[in-house]
Amino acid sequence: MSPISRGFTGRRRPVADPARLPPGQYEERGFPVLAAGPTPHTPLEQWSFRIDGAVRSAPSWTWEEFLALPAETPTVDIHCVTKWSKFDTRWRGVSVDTLLGGVVTEAEYLTAWSDGGYTTNLPLDDVTGGKAWVAYEYDGEPLHPEHGGPARLLVPHLYFWKSAKWVRGLTLTLDDEPGFWENYGYHNRGDPWLEQRYQGD
Amino acid sequence: MTSLVLDLPDWPGHRAGQHVDVRLTAEDGYQAQRSYSIASAPDDQRLVLTVERLQDGEVSPYLVEVLRAGDELELRGPIGGFFVWEESFGGPLVLVGGGSGVVPLRSMLRQWAAGSRAVPVRLLYSSRSVEEVIYRSELLGYASDYDLADVRLALTREWPEDYTGHTGRIDPALLADLAGPSEERPLIYVCGPNGFVEAAAGWLVELGHGPERIRTERFGPTGT
Repeated sequence: MSPISRGFTGRRRPVADPARLPPGQYEERGFPVLAAGPTPHTPLEQWSFRIDGAVRSAPSWTWEEFLALPAETPTVDIHCVTKWSKFDTRWRGVSVDTLLGGVVTEAEYLTAWSDGGYTTNLPLDDVTGGKAWVAYEYDGEPLHPEHGGPARLLVPHLYFWKSAKWVRGLTLTLDDEPGFWENYGYHNRGDPWLEQRYQGD
Repeated sequence: MTSLVLDLPDWPGHRAGQHVDVRLTAEDGYQAQRSYSIASAPDDQRLVLTVERLQDGEVSPYLVEVLRAGDELELRGPIGGFFVWEESFGGPLVLVGGGSGVVPLRSMLRQWAAGSRAVPVRLLYSSRSVEEVIYRSELLGYASDYDLADVRLALTREWPEDYTGHTGRIDPALLADLAGPSEERPLIYVCGPNGFVEAAAGWLVELGHGPERIRTERFGPTGT
């Protein structure tokens, strides 16, 4: 039981659709930026995206090839572990289902890795079946570097640290291997509806 | 800015740079929670949070204006294991803070001062005015007490007539001088509003400092 905070009533803003707000979150209209290090700026001609690890063959795409893949335009709610949620964010990108389409693997997990050294781990089940994308446009514009451009992972049903900015590849793994924040005390899966913020939640 | 001094009977201890989550609960069960950096050093007797009152805030106005000595506060932590410094990490230790972003850096500097002070430490603290510089006498005191400590202000809006430090926003030349040669591989911590952190970290990379030696913590919405 939480103690009552004497004299606290809150500044309750009207939330358009309270059922869409996970526990402990508030609705944010801006788009805050969080990152553990400097923003990388990889030139597009040096950019590639690769699927490797426990796979028979490892496909990769140049930037031009990536843009030529079938794209989708999801509109989704996103939830940051620092308590803000943002509704109806509009993206354009390639479904992870498309990227994994021709891949033969026995892996059940993957590590998304990024320019700058960031990593995050996910069960394959959390990025397949229409649940995840590698997005390169936000709100009709090329994705800004501060928000993960040229391309970021988008896994909106989990806390947003799982949606790795500046993503360059997915390494498929047989075992679950904790990523960057998962090694620093954050929850291994990060389901906002179960409020899985930190280890032990 | 207000500092909250907390009595925590079961506190497990923290590392310099970590934060806590504070959760408030109204009588009808409504809750709001936010993160606040820890200002005290791990060796300090009591945990201190230094909170900036945000104009449109929900939790910070309560902490600054309503909370009184003796009240109970629900908090969780310590949280965060990356934006931390401890003596074994070495240095030179370079700290760059904008506004209330200085709070976790104060914890690091305080930890440095309480230790063996084996590595040089240099703090650059950007503030709108000298009145808004928090922990001013303590921070400047380190520079006069210890040869290896260097504390510099950058005042962006107004400054006293006899002020001789940097005026205006921080710039690459100021950061180059602060961080020193990249061959020395300083360990750099940058904390503040996102625009400040983005600019400072970007310039430090351009100056040749390895991105893996630069740790950032950002706050505030960008509206972009």
